[in-house]
Amino acid sequence: MLNCKQAAMLMSQGMDRELGMMQKMGLRFHLLMCGGCRNFGKQVEFLRQSCRKFTQQDN
Amino acid sequence: MPNPDGSIDELASLRSDMFRFARLQLRDDASAEDAVQEALAAALSGQKQFNNRAQLKTWVFAILKNKIIDTIRERIRSPGTAIAVDEIPEDAYDDLFNEKGFWQEDARPSSWGDPESSFSSRQFWQVFEICLTRLPENTARVFMMREMLGFETEEICKELAISPTNCWVVLHRARMGLRLCLDERWFDSENRDA
Repeated sequence: MLNCKQAAMLMSQGMDRELGMMQKMGLRFHLLMCGGCRNFGKQVEFLRQSCRKFTQQDN
Repeated sequence: MPNPDGSIDELASLRSDMFRFARLQLRDDASAEDAVQEALAAALSGQKQFNNRAQLKTWVFAILKNKIIDTIRERIRSPGTAIAVDEIPEDAYDDLFNEKGFWQEDARPSSWGDPESSFSSRQFWQVFEICLTRLPENTARVFMMREMLGFETEEICKELAISPTNCWVVLHRARMGLRLCLDERWFDSENRDA
């Protein structure tokens, strides 16, 4: 089973490449049980959004 | 006048925003200055009409982004460019996890609420910029190539001659650092104030 450190790494990698089937399943299972990692996932997604926003300079 | 879109003051302030943005990406005043000059010259020599300042800004920033990408590509192609990918040590964020690799109680990410509402805050963007600046140089470069300049990961690996695995690791560490910085400097204090 994945721990949080591995799950965080996989979430990050998932933003840069397509994860394997087993990795996706393992991650989904971990996220089901781990609120901390769910927050982490939302937050790295927010970082991406912020960068897009920042580049458009429409702030 | 070729500039119906605003006063000289507005252009000057736009120029300073562009410079900050370019310097953040290039980490070098002289190249940032060059990129800004070229982008402004290209933008203002065009026949494009702008209805407002926001349109002009979007347009010049799009040009600036391309100039920055060109500069990065040139740099990478010049010999002797070695990219250190281990600026953030492997164990840098180990403190966040216990020995089994689960979040420590005080490090477990807590909700940022409605983080998008920060987009309208000027201070948020200042903090965001500070946090980007605090990342080590090459880490920041890889991260910004990916997230701001829109490079695909394969392209970054190829351009910087690093392995895909290294590339993912660098990007992950950059996100860890940036997340932590925003958490401490923005979302945490925001919650405290609330």
